[in-house]
Amino acid sequence: MKDRADLVIIGGGVIGLSLAYHLAKMGFSDIVILEQGYLCFGASGRNGGGVRQQWSTEDHIELSRQSVAMFRNLSRETGYNIWFRQGGYLFLARNAEMAAQLEQNVKLQNRVGIPTRLLSPAEAQGLVPGLNTQGVEVCSYNGSDGVLFPWPAVWGMAEMAKQLGVEINTFTRVTDIDIKGRTIAKVLTDRGAVATQRVVNAAGGWSWQIARMAGCELPNKPYRHEILVSEPLRPFLHPMVSDLSDGTYFSQTMRGEICGGISDPEEGSSMSTSSSFRFLNRMCQSMIHLLPTLAGVKILRQWAGYYDVTPDGNPILGKVNEVDGFIQLNGFGGHGFMLAPIVGKLAAEWVLRKSEHPIFSKYNLNRFKSGEVKKESLVIG
Amino acid sequence: MAKTIICRCEDVSLEDLIEGFRAGFHDLESLKRYTGFSTGFCQGKSCTAHAARFLSALRGGDDVVADPPRTRPLLHPTSAASFAGQITPGSDRKPT
Ligand SMILES: Cc1cc2nc3c(=O)[nH]c(=O)nc-3n(C[C@H](O)[C@H](O)[C@H](O)COP(=O)(O)OP(=O)(O)OC[C@H]3O[C@@H](n4cnc5c(N)ncnc54)[C@H](O)[C@@H]3O)c2cc1C
Repeated sequence: MKDRADLVIIGGGVIGLSLAYHLAKMGFSDIVILEQGYLCFGASGRNGGGVRQQWSTEDHIELSRQSVAMFRNLSRETGYNIWFRQGGYLFLARNAEMAAQLEQNVKLQNRVGIPTRLLSPAEAQGLVPGLNTQGVEVCSYNGSDGVLFPWPAVWGMAEMAKQLGVEINTFTRVTDIDIKGRTIAKVLTDRGAVATQRVVNAAGGWSWQIARMAGCELPNKPYRHEILVSEPLRPFLHPMVSDLSDGTYFSQTMRGEICGGISDPEEGSSMSTSSSFRFLNRMCQSMIHLLPTLAGVKILRQWAGYYDVTPDGNPILGKVNEVDGFIQLNGFGGHGFMLAPIVGKLAAEWVLRKSEHPIFSKYNLNRFKSGEVKKESLVIG
Repeated sequence: MAKTIICRCEDVSLEDLIEGFRAGFHDLESLKRYTGFSTGFCQGKSCTAHAARFLSALRGGDDVVADPPRTRPLLHPTSAASFAGQITPGSDRKPT
Protein backbone atom coordinates (compact mmCIF):
# COMPACT_ATOMS: atom_id res chain seq x y z
CA MET A 1 0.00 0.00 0.00
CA LYS A 2 1.24 3.49 -0.86
CA ASP A 3 2.07 5.62 2.19
CA ARG A 4 1.21 8.92 0.53
CA ALA A 5 -1.30 10.13 -2.05
CA ASP A 6 -2.78 13.33 -3.45
CA LEU A 7 -6.24 12.07 -2.63
CA VAL A 8 -7.58 9.31 -0.43
CA ILE A 9 -11.08 7.98 -1.05
CA ILE A 10 -12.68 6.17 1.88
CA GLY A 11 -15.18 3.63 0.53
CA GLY A 12 -14.80 1.40 -2.50
CA GLY A 13 -18.49 1.57 -3.40
CA VAL A 14 -19.84 2.82 -6.69
CA ILE A 15 -19.58 6.47 -5.62
CA GLY A 16 -15.90 6.35 -4.61
CA LEU A 17 -15.02 4.23 -7.63
CA SER A 18 -16.85 6.48 -10.06
CA LEU A 19 -15.01 9.51 -8.69
CA ALA A 20 -11.65 7.74 -8.93
CA TYR A 21 -12.36 6.52 -12.45
CA HIS A 22 -13.30 9.97 -13.70
CA LEU A 23 -10.39 11.68 -11.98
CA ALA A 24 -8.00 9.16 -13.50
CA LYS A 25 -9.53 9.68 -16.94
CA MET A 26 -8.83 13.39 -16.51
CA GLY A 27 -5.19 12.58 -15.79
CA PHE A 28 -5.26 12.70 -11.99
CA SER A 29 -4.46 9.27 -10.63
CA ASP A 30 -2.38 9.67 -7.46
CA ILE A 31 -5.36 8.24 -5.59
CA VAL A 32 -5.64 5.58 -2.90
CA ILE A 33 -9.02 3.94 -2.29
CA LEU A 34 -9.52 2.32 1.10
CA GLU A 35 -12.25 -0.30 1.36
CA GLN A 36 -12.85 -2.32 4.51
CA GLY A 37 -14.36 -5.32 2.68
CA TYR A 38 -14.35 -6.72 -0.84
CA LEU A 39 -15.66 -4.63 -3.74
CA CYS A 40 -19.46 -4.92 -3.60
CA PHE A 41 -19.47 -5.34 0.21
CA GLY A 42 -21.46 -2.13 0.75
CA ALA A 43 -24.81 -1.01 -0.64
CA SER A 44 -23.28 -0.98 -4.12
CA GLY A 45 -23.22 -4.77 -4.10
CA ARG A 46 -26.61 -5.20 -2.41
CA ASN A 47 -28.99 -3.00 -4.37
CA GLY A 48 -31.73 -3.65 -6.89
CA GLY A 49 -29.99 -1.97 -9.83
CA GLY A 50 -32.95 0.27 -10.57
CA VAL A 51 -32.19 3.29 -12.75
CA ARG A 52 -34.98 5.82 -13.15
CA GLN A 53 -35.40 9.37 -14.28
CA GLN A 54 -38.81 9.82 -12.70
CA TRP A 55 -38.10 12.17 -9.80
CA SER A 56 -39.76 15.14 -8.17
CA THR A 57 -36.83 17.59 -8.28
CA GLU A 58 -35.26 18.99 -11.41
CA ASP A 59 -31.74 18.21 -10.16
CA HIS A 60 -32.45 14.53 -9.66
CA ILE A 61 -34.17 14.28 -13.03
CA GLU A 62 -31.32 15.98 -14.84
CA LEU A 63 -28.58 14.04 -13.02
CA SER A 64 -30.24 10.69 -13.61
CA ARG A 65 -30.86 11.57 -17.26
CA GLN A 66 -27.12 12.06 -17.72
CA SER A 67 -26.35 8.90 -15.76
CA VAL A 68 -28.58 6.84 -18.04
CA ALA A 69 -26.62 8.06 -21.04
CA MET A 70 -23.40 7.08 -19.27
CA PHE A 71 -24.70 3.64 -18.21
CA ARG A 72 -25.59 2.97 -21.84
CA ASN A 73 -21.88 3.22 -22.66
CA LEU A 74 -20.41 1.65 -19.56
CA SER A 75 -20.25 -1.97 -20.79
CA ARG A 76 -18.41 -0.99 -23.94
CA GLU A 77 -16.15 1.39 -22.04
CA THR A 78 -15.10 -1.05 -19.32
CA GLY A 79 -15.42 -4.46 -20.96
CA TYR A 80 -17.74 -5.60 -18.16
CA ASN A 81 -21.29 -6.30 -19.29
CA ILE A 82 -23.56 -4.46 -16.86
CA TRP A 83 -26.72 -6.00 -18.34
CA PHE A 84 -28.50 -2.66 -18.54
CA ARG A 85 -32.05 -3.25 -19.74
CA GLN A 86 -34.30 -0.26 -20.36
CA GLY A 87 -37.71 -1.78 -19.74
CA GLY A 88 -39.10 1.33 -18.07
CA TYR A 89 -40.48 2.13 -14.62
CA LEU A 90 -44.19 1.99 -13.87
CA PHE A 91 -45.39 3.89 -10.79
CA LEU A 92 -48.85 3.23 -9.35
CA ALA A 93 -50.79 5.93 -7.46
CA ARG A 94 -53.76 4.91 -5.32
CA ASN A 95 -55.16 8.19 -4.04
CA ALA A 96 -55.79 11.71 -5.24
CA GLU A 97 -52.78 13.14 -3.47
CA MET A 98 -50.35 10.67 -5.01
CA ALA A 99 -52.02 11.04 -8.39
CA ALA A 100 -51.56 14.81 -8.18
CA GLN A 101 -47.92 14.31 -7.27
CA LEU A 102 -47.35 12.04 -10.26
CA GLU A 103 -49.04 14.54 -12.56
CA GLN A 104 -46.83 17.32 -11.31
CA ASN A 105 -43.69 15.18 -11.60
CA VAL A 106 -44.55 14.16 -15.15
CA LYS A 107 -44.85 17.82 -16.18
CA LEU A 108 -41.47 18.58 -14.65
CA GLN A 109 -39.88 15.49 -16.20
CA ASN A 110 -41.28 16.36 -19.63
CA ARG A 111 -39.83 19.85 -19.33
CA VAL A 112 -36.37 18.37 -18.68
CA GLY A 113 -36.81 16.10 -21.71
CA ILE A 114 -37.86 12.81 -20.08
CA PRO A 115 -40.80 11.34 -22.03
CA THR A 116 -42.77 10.11 -18.98
CA ARG A 117 -46.51 9.58 -19.60
CA LEU A 118 -49.50 9.18 -17.34
CA LEU A 119 -51.28 5.90 -17.97
CA SER A 120 -54.76 4.74 -17.07
CA PRO A 121 -54.95 1.48 -15.06
CA ALA A 122 -56.09 -0.29 -18.24
CA GLU A 123 -53.09 0.99 -20.17
CA ALA A 124 -50.82 -0.18 -17.36
CA GLN A 125 -52.31 -3.65 -17.69
CA GLY A 126 -51.35 -3.55 -21.33
CA LEU A 127 -47.74 -3.09 -20.26
CA VAL A 128 -47.85 -5.64 -17.44
CA PRO A 129 -50.40 -8.33 -18.26
CA GLY A 130 -52.04 -9.63 -15.11
CA LEU A 131 -51.31 -6.49 -13.08
CA ASN A 132 -53.95 -5.98 -10.41
CA THR A 133 -55.03 -2.37 -10.80
CA GLN A 134 -57.88 -2.50 -8.33
CA GLY A 135 -57.83 0.77 -6.41
CA VAL A 136 -55.22 2.32 -8.70
CA GLU A 137 -56.10 5.85 -9.82
CA VAL A 138 -53.35 6.56 -12.28
CA CYS A 139 -49.86 5.38 -13.25
CA SER A 140 -46.78 7.01 -14.68
CA TYR A 141 -44.45 5.29 -17.10
CA ASN A 142 -41.14 6.14 -18.68
CA GLY A 143 -39.72 3.55 -21.07
CA SER A 144 -36.10 4.72 -20.88
CA ASP A 145 -35.79 3.91 -17.17
CA GLY A 146 -34.39 0.46 -16.48
CA VAL A 147 -32.43 -2.02 -14.40
CA LEU A 148 -28.81 -3.13 -14.44
CA PHE A 149 -26.62 -5.65 -12.66
CA PRO A 150 -24.64 -3.70 -10.07
CA TRP A 151 -21.66 -6.04 -9.60
CA PRO A 152 -20.11 -5.79 -13.08
CA ALA A 153 -20.70 -2.03 -13.04
CA VAL A 154 -18.65 -1.81 -9.83
CA TRP A 155 -15.92 -4.10 -11.13
CA GLY A 156 -15.75 -2.31 -14.47
CA MET A 157 -15.20 1.08 -12.88
CA ALA A 158 -12.65 -0.41 -10.47
CA GLU A 159 -10.75 -2.14 -13.27
CA MET A 160 -10.61 1.01 -15.39
CA ALA A 161 -9.48 3.11 -12.42
CA LYS A 162 -6.74 0.57 -11.65
CA GLN A 163 -5.54 0.51 -15.23
CA LEU A 164 -5.24 4.28 -15.10
CA GLY A 165 -3.08 4.17 -11.98
CA VAL A 166 -5.48 4.32 -9.02
CA GLU A 167 -4.56 2.06 -6.09
CA ILE A 168 -7.51 0.15 -4.68
CA ASN A 169 -6.97 -1.50 -1.31
CA THR A 170 -9.69 -3.92 -0.32
CA PHE A 171 -9.88 -5.46 3.18
CA THR A 172 -8.34 -2.25 4.52
CA ARG A 173 -10.33 -0.53 7.24
CA VAL A 174 -9.93 3.12 8.09
CA THR A 175 -9.61 3.51 11.84
CA ASP A 176 -8.93 7.23 12.22
CA ILE A 177 -8.08 10.46 10.46
CA ASP A 178 -5.18 12.47 11.80
CA ILE A 179 -5.81 16.23 11.64
CA LYS A 180 -3.48 19.10 12.54
CA GLY A 181 -5.42 22.29 13.05
CA ARG A 182 -7.66 22.53 9.99
CA THR A 183 -5.45 20.36 7.81
CA ILE A 184 -5.57 16.61 7.23
CA ALA A 185 -2.24 14.90 7.89
CA LYS A 186 -2.96 11.23 7.33
CA VAL A 187 -5.52 8.49 7.22
CA LEU A 188 -4.92 5.56 9.55
CA THR A 189 -5.92 2.02 8.65
CA ASP A 190 -5.50 -1.46 10.04
CA ARG A 191 -2.79 -1.94 7.38
CA GLY A 192 -0.83 1.26 7.97
CA ALA A 193 -1.19 4.99 7.33
CA VAL A 194 -1.52 7.07 4.16
CA ALA A 195 -0.30 10.67 4.28
CA THR A 196 -2.58 13.03 2.36
CA GLN A 197 -4.20 16.43 2.59
CA ARG A 198 -7.41 15.51 0.82
CA VAL A 199 -9.91 12.86 1.84
CA VAL A 200 -13.23 11.94 0.26
CA ASN A 201 -15.86 10.47 2.54
CA ALA A 202 -17.63 8.03 0.21
CA ALA A 203 -18.46 5.54 2.94
CA GLY A 204 -22.22 5.27 2.31
CA GLY A 205 -24.03 3.97 5.41
CA TRP A 206 -20.82 4.36 7.40
CA SER A 207 -20.19 7.97 6.34
CA TRP A 208 -21.34 9.34 9.72
CA GLN A 209 -18.56 7.31 11.38
CA ILE A 210 -15.89 8.55 8.98
CA ALA A 211 -17.05 12.15 9.50
CA ARG A 212 -16.64 11.74 13.26
CA MET A 213 -13.06 10.59 12.76
CA ALA A 214 -12.48 14.03 11.22
CA GLY A 215 -14.36 15.80 14.00
CA CYS A 216 -17.48 16.55 11.90
CA GLU A 217 -21.11 15.62 12.41
CA LEU A 218 -23.27 14.52 9.50
CA PRO A 219 -27.06 14.34 9.77
CA ASN A 220 -26.96 11.09 7.75
CA LYS A 221 -28.41 7.98 9.34
CA PRO A 222 -28.02 4.39 8.14
CA TYR A 223 -31.23 2.41 7.65
CA ARG A 224 -31.40 -1.28 6.89
CA HIS A 225 -33.17 -1.92 3.60
CA GLU A 226 -34.16 -5.49 2.79
CA ILE A 227 -34.57 -7.05 -0.62
CA LEU A 228 -35.24 -10.49 -2.08
CA VAL A 229 -34.73 -12.45 -5.26
CA SER A 230 -36.68 -15.29 -6.84
CA GLU A 231 -35.75 -18.23 -9.01
CA PRO A 232 -35.09 -17.22 -12.64
CA LEU A 233 -38.12 -17.13 -14.92
CA ARG A 234 -38.63 -16.73 -18.64
CA PRO A 235 -38.59 -12.98 -19.44
CA PHE A 236 -42.15 -11.69 -19.03
CA LEU A 237 -42.01 -8.51 -16.97
CA HIS A 238 -40.76 -5.47 -18.84
CA PRO A 239 -40.91 -2.48 -16.50
CA MET A 240 -39.93 -2.11 -12.88
CA VAL A 241 -43.28 -1.93 -11.05
CA SER A 242 -43.51 0.32 -8.02
CA ASP A 243 -46.52 1.00 -5.81
CA LEU A 244 -46.31 4.43 -4.20
CA SER A 245 -48.75 3.54 -1.44
CA ASP A 246 -46.41 1.13 0.36
CA GLY A 247 -43.13 1.56 -1.50
CA THR A 248 -43.15 -1.90 -3.05
CA TYR A 249 -40.94 -2.28 -6.10
CA PHE A 250 -39.92 -5.26 -8.20
CA SER A 251 -38.41 -5.91 -11.59
CA GLN A 252 -37.12 -8.81 -13.61
CA THR A 253 -33.36 -8.97 -13.94
CA MET A 254 -31.53 -10.05 -17.07
CA ARG A 255 -30.98 -13.38 -15.32
CA GLY A 256 -34.75 -13.74 -15.18
CA GLU A 257 -35.11 -13.34 -11.41
CA ILE A 258 -37.75 -11.18 -9.79
CA CYS A 259 -35.88 -8.81 -7.50
CA GLY A 260 -37.51 -6.28 -5.20
CA GLY A 261 -38.25 -4.75 -1.84
CA ILE A 262 -40.73 -2.64 0.11
CA SER A 263 -40.63 0.37 2.44
CA ASP A 264 -41.07 -0.30 6.12
CA PRO A 265 -42.28 2.68 8.16
CA GLU A 266 -41.36 0.83 11.37
CA GLU A 267 -37.71 0.39 10.44
CA GLY A 268 -35.54 2.58 12.65
CA SER A 269 -31.97 3.61 11.98
CA SER A 270 -29.48 0.86 12.81
CA MET A 271 -26.21 -0.70 11.81
CA SER A 272 -27.81 -4.07 11.08
CA THR A 273 -27.98 -5.97 7.81
CA SER A 274 -29.82 -8.98 9.20
CA SER A 275 -32.79 -10.54 7.40
CA SER A 276 -36.29 -10.45 8.86
CA PHE A 277 -39.35 -12.64 8.42
CA ARG A 278 -41.45 -9.50 8.64
CA PHE A 279 -39.94 -8.26 5.40
CA LEU A 280 -40.44 -11.58 3.63
CA ASN A 281 -44.07 -11.63 4.71
CA ARG A 282 -44.86 -8.04 3.76
CA MET A 283 -43.02 -8.20 0.46
CA CYS A 284 -44.60 -11.49 -0.64
CA GLN A 285 -48.06 -10.22 0.26
CA SER A 286 -47.58 -7.01 -1.61
CA MET A 287 -46.05 -8.45 -4.77
CA ILE A 288 -48.70 -11.16 -5.02
CA HIS A 289 -51.39 -8.56 -4.53
CA LEU A 290 -49.94 -6.52 -7.40
CA LEU A 291 -49.20 -9.44 -9.69
CA PRO A 292 -51.09 -12.57 -8.60
CA THR A 293 -49.16 -14.82 -11.01
CA LEU A 294 -46.13 -14.38 -8.73
CA ALA A 295 -47.81 -16.49 -6.01
CA GLY A 296 -46.17 -19.72 -7.18
CA VAL A 297 -42.77 -18.22 -7.85
CA LYS A 298 -40.09 -19.55 -5.53
CA ILE A 299 -38.06 -17.11 -3.48
CA LEU A 300 -34.37 -18.02 -3.35
CA ARG A 301 -32.77 -15.47 -1.07
CA GLN A 302 -33.28 -12.32 0.95
CA TRP A 303 -30.57 -9.96 2.17
CA ALA A 304 -30.10 -6.36 3.30
CA GLY A 305 -27.89 -3.31 2.99
CA TYR A 306 -27.82 0.28 4.18
CA TYR A 307 -29.61 3.30 2.86
CA ASP A 308 -27.54 6.32 3.91
CA VAL A 309 -30.44 8.68 4.62
CA THR A 310 -30.35 12.48 4.94
CA PRO A 311 -33.14 14.68 6.34
CA ASP A 312 -34.18 16.01 2.90
CA GLY A 313 -33.55 12.92 0.75
CA ASN A 314 -30.73 14.68 -1.10
CA PRO A 315 -27.04 13.77 -0.93
CA ILE A 316 -24.33 15.62 0.99
CA LEU A 317 -21.75 16.97 -1.44
CA GLY A 318 -18.66 19.12 -1.22
CA LYS A 319 -16.70 20.81 1.55
CA VAL A 320 -17.25 21.06 5.29
CA ASN A 321 -16.59 24.11 7.45
CA GLU A 322 -14.35 22.48 10.06
CA VAL A 323 -11.60 20.74 8.05
CA ASP A 324 -9.90 21.74 4.79
CA GLY A 325 -9.79 19.11 2.07
CA PHE A 326 -12.43 16.86 3.67
CA ILE A 327 -14.92 16.20 0.87
CA GLN A 328 -18.36 14.65 1.31
CA LEU A 329 -19.89 12.40 -1.33
CA ASN A 330 -22.52 10.54 0.62
CA GLY A 331 -26.14 10.46 1.74
CA PHE A 332 -27.48 8.85 -1.43
CA GLY A 333 -30.31 6.96 0.27
CA GLY A 334 -31.87 4.38 -2.01
CA HIS A 335 -30.74 5.91 -5.28
CA GLY A 336 -26.97 6.32 -5.22
CA PHE A 337 -26.24 3.69 -7.78
CA MET A 338 -28.16 5.38 -10.53
CA LEU A 339 -26.57 8.76 -9.78
CA ALA A 340 -23.01 7.45 -9.46
CA PRO A 341 -21.77 7.93 -13.05
CA ILE A 342 -22.68 11.60 -13.32
CA VAL A 343 -21.93 12.49 -9.69
CA GLY A 344 -18.48 10.91 -10.04
CA LYS A 345 -17.80 12.87 -13.19
CA LEU A 346 -19.02 16.20 -11.81
CA ALA A 347 -17.14 15.64 -8.56
CA ALA A 348 -13.95 14.90 -10.50
CA GLU A 349 -14.31 18.19 -12.39
CA TRP A 350 -15.03 19.96 -9.12
CA VAL A 351 -12.00 18.44 -7.34
CA LEU A 352 -9.76 19.48 -10.24
CA ARG A 353 -11.42 22.91 -10.33
CA LYS A 354 -12.30 22.40 -13.99
CA SER A 355 -15.84 23.53 -13.28
CA GLU A 356 -17.97 24.39 -10.29
CA HIS A 357 -21.29 22.64 -10.76
CA PRO A 358 -23.97 24.22 -8.55
CA ILE A 359 -24.78 20.90 -6.80
CA PHE A 360 -21.60 21.23 -4.72
CA SER A 361 -22.80 24.41 -3.08
CA LYS A 362 -26.52 23.63 -3.13
CA TYR A 363 -26.15 20.19 -1.54
CA ASN A 364 -23.40 21.29 0.81
CA LEU A 365 -23.78 20.36 4.47
CA ASN A 366 -24.48 24.01 5.27
CA ARG A 367 -27.92 23.78 3.67
CA PHE A 368 -29.33 22.39 6.89
CA LYS A 369 -28.48 25.70 8.54
CA SER A 370 -30.02 27.84 5.80
CA GLY A 371 -32.83 25.38 4.97
CA GLU A 372 -33.16 26.21 1.30
CA VAL A 373 -33.34 22.92 -0.55
CA LYS A 374 -36.47 21.27 -1.96
CA LYS A 375 -37.07 17.87 -0.44
CA GLU A 376 -37.07 14.90 -2.81
CA SER A 377 -40.50 13.38 -2.28
CA LEU A 378 -40.36 10.43 -4.66
CA VAL A 379 -38.27 8.23 -2.39
CA ILE A 380 -38.96 4.50 -2.35
CA GLY A 381 -38.00 2.13 0.43
CA MET B 1 -10.96 -33.22 -21.71
CA ALA B 2 -13.10 -33.85 -18.66
CA LYS B 3 -14.66 -30.82 -17.07
CA THR B 4 -14.80 -30.37 -13.30
CA ILE B 5 -18.10 -28.84 -12.25
CA ILE B 6 -18.01 -26.80 -9.02
CA CYS B 7 -21.57 -25.48 -9.01
CA ARG B 8 -24.25 -27.55 -10.65
CA CYS B 9 -27.04 -25.00 -10.29
CA GLU B 10 -25.21 -22.29 -12.20
CA ASP B 11 -22.91 -24.54 -14.22
CA VAL B 12 -19.66 -23.10 -12.91
CA SER B 13 -16.56 -25.14 -13.69
CA LEU B 14 -13.10 -25.27 -12.16
CA GLU B 15 -11.83 -23.43 -15.25
CA ASP B 16 -14.28 -20.65 -14.50
CA LEU B 17 -12.88 -20.36 -10.97
CA ILE B 18 -9.34 -20.20 -12.29
CA GLU B 19 -10.33 -17.58 -14.85
CA GLY B 20 -11.99 -15.51 -12.12
CA PHE B 21 -8.93 -15.84 -9.92
CA ARG B 22 -6.70 -14.68 -12.80
CA ALA B 23 -9.04 -11.74 -13.37
CA GLY B 24 -8.25 -10.59 -9.83
CA PHE B 25 -11.08 -12.08 -7.74
CA HIS B 26 -9.03 -13.55 -4.91
CA ASP B 27 -11.49 -13.83 -2.03
CA LEU B 28 -14.42 -16.21 -1.77
CA GLU B 29 -17.09 -13.49 -1.76
CA SER B 30 -15.76 -11.83 -4.90
CA LEU B 31 -15.11 -15.08 -6.72
CA LYS B 32 -18.65 -16.17 -5.90
CA ARG B 33 -20.08 -13.02 -7.41
CA TYR B 34 -17.82 -13.08 -10.45
CA THR B 35 -18.42 -16.71 -11.40
CA GLY B 36 -21.94 -17.04 -9.99
CA PHE B 37 -21.33 -20.17 -7.94
CA SER B 38 -23.62 -20.32 -4.92
CA THR B 39 -26.15 -17.94 -6.49
CA GLY B 40 -28.51 -20.58 -7.87
CA PHE B 41 -31.17 -22.93 -6.60
CA CYS B 42 -29.18 -24.45 -3.71
CA GLN B 43 -27.67 -21.09 -2.65
CA GLY B 44 -24.25 -22.56 -2.09
CA LYS B 45 -25.09 -25.64 -0.05
CA SER B 46 -23.37 -27.99 -2.44
CA CYS B 47 -20.69 -25.81 -4.01
CA THR B 48 -19.24 -23.34 -1.50
CA ALA B 49 -17.03 -25.92 0.17
CA HIS B 50 -15.63 -27.12 -3.18
CA ALA B 51 -15.02 -23.58 -4.35
CA ALA B 52 -13.30 -22.73 -1.06
CA ARG B 53 -11.05 -25.75 -1.35
CA PHE B 54 -9.91 -24.87 -4.86
CA LEU B 55 -9.53 -21.17 -4.05
CA SER B 56 -7.40 -22.07 -1.06
CA ALA B 57 -5.18 -24.17 -3.32
CA LEU B 58 -4.90 -21.30 -5.81
CA ARG B 59 -3.79 -19.09 -2.94
CA GLY B 60 -1.12 -21.53 -1.83
CA GLY B 61 -3.06 -23.03 1.05
CA ASP B 62 -4.47 -19.85 2.62
CA ASP B 63 -7.50 -20.03 4.88
CA VAL B 64 -10.22 -18.55 2.68
CA VAL B 65 -13.17 -19.19 4.99
CA ALA B 66 -12.10 -17.25 8.07
CA ASP B 67 -15.00 -14.90 7.23
CA PRO B 68 -17.28 -17.13 5.12
CA PRO B 69 -20.17 -15.86 2.99
CA ARG B 70 -23.19 -15.12 5.14
CA THR B 71 -25.94 -17.70 5.22
CA ARG B 72 -29.23 -15.98 4.42
CA PRO B 73 -32.81 -17.15 4.32
CA LEU B 74 -34.34 -19.09 2.58
CA LEU B 75 -33.25 -22.55 3.55
CA HIS B 76 -35.00 -23.98 0.48
CA PRO B 77 -36.57 -22.18 -2.47
CA THR B 78 -40.17 -21.68 -1.36
CA SER B 79 -43.15 -20.14 -3.13
CA ALA B 80 -43.93 -16.51 -2.38
CA ALA B 81 -47.46 -17.58 -1.47
CA SER B 82 -46.12 -19.62 1.47
CA PHE B 83 -45.08 -16.39 3.13
CA ALA B 84 -48.07 -14.33 2.16
CA GLY B 85 -50.88 -16.19 3.82
CA GLN B 86 -52.12 -17.19 0.40
CA ILE B 87 -52.60 -20.54 -1.27
CA THR B 88 -50.70 -21.35 -4.45
CA PRO B 89 -53.17 -21.60 -7.32
CA GLY B 90 -53.67 -25.22 -8.29
CA SER B 91 -52.27 -26.60 -5.07
CA ASP B 92 -54.48 -28.98 -3.12
CA ARG B 93 -53.92 -27.27 0.22
CA LYS B 94 -57.09 -25.70 1.55
CA PRO B 95 -57.16 -22.69 3.83
CA THR B 96 -58.01 -23.74 7.37
C1 LIG C 1 -31.37 -3.19 -0.75
C2 LIG C 1 -30.98 -1.93 -1.48
C3 LIG C 1 -31.59 -1.62 -2.69
C4 LIG C 1 -31.22 -0.46 -3.39
N1 LIG C 1 -31.77 -0.23 -4.63
C5 LIG C 1 -31.26 0.78 -5.39
C6 LIG C 1 -31.67 0.96 -6.73
O1 LIG C 1 -32.52 0.21 -7.24
N2 LIG C 1 -31.12 1.96 -7.45
C7 LIG C 1 -30.16 2.79 -6.94
O2 LIG C 1 -29.69 3.69 -7.63
N3 LIG C 1 -29.75 2.66 -5.66
C8 LIG C 1 -30.28 1.66 -4.88
N4 LIG C 1 -29.84 1.52 -3.59
C9 LIG C 1 -28.91 2.51 -3.03
C10 LIG C 1 -27.50 2.31 -3.57
O3 LIG C 1 -27.12 0.96 -3.41
C11 LIG C 1 -26.56 3.23 -2.80
O4 LIG C 1 -27.05 4.54 -2.79
C12 LIG C 1 -25.17 3.24 -3.44
O5 LIG C 1 -24.70 1.94 -3.67
C13 LIG C 1 -24.24 4.01 -2.53
O6 LIG C 1 -22.93 3.84 -2.96
P1 LIG C 1 -21.76 4.29 -1.99
O7 LIG C 1 -20.51 4.05 -2.76
O8 LIG C 1 -22.04 5.64 -1.48
O9 LIG C 1 -21.90 3.33 -0.72
P2 LIG C 1 -21.42 1.83 -0.48
O10 LIG C 1 -21.58 0.99 -1.68
O11 LIG C 1 -22.07 1.37 0.76
O12 LIG C 1 -19.88 2.01 -0.27
C14 LIG C 1 -19.33 2.53 0.90
C15 LIG C 1 -18.15 1.68 1.22
O13 LIG C 1 -17.44 2.25 2.30
C16 LIG C 1 -16.83 1.21 2.98
N5 LIG C 1 -16.42 1.65 4.33
C17 LIG C 1 -17.23 2.05 5.33
N6 LIG C 1 -16.53 2.34 6.43
C18 LIG C 1 -15.23 2.10 6.11
C19 LIG C 1 -14.01 2.21 6.83
N7 LIG C 1 -13.98 2.59 8.11
N8 LIG C 1 -12.86 1.88 6.19
C20 LIG C 1 -12.87 1.48 4.88
N9 LIG C 1 -14.00 1.37 4.17
C21 LIG C 1 -15.16 1.68 4.76
C22 LIG C 1 -17.90 0.15 3.03
O14 LIG C 1 -17.36 -1.13 3.26
C23 LIG C 1 -18.56 0.28 1.68
O15 LIG C 1 -18.10 -0.68 0.73
C24 LIG C 1 -30.24 0.41 -2.84
C25 LIG C 1 -29.66 0.11 -1.61
C26 LIG C 1 -30.01 -1.05 -0.93
C27 LIG C 1 -29.37 -1.35 0.38
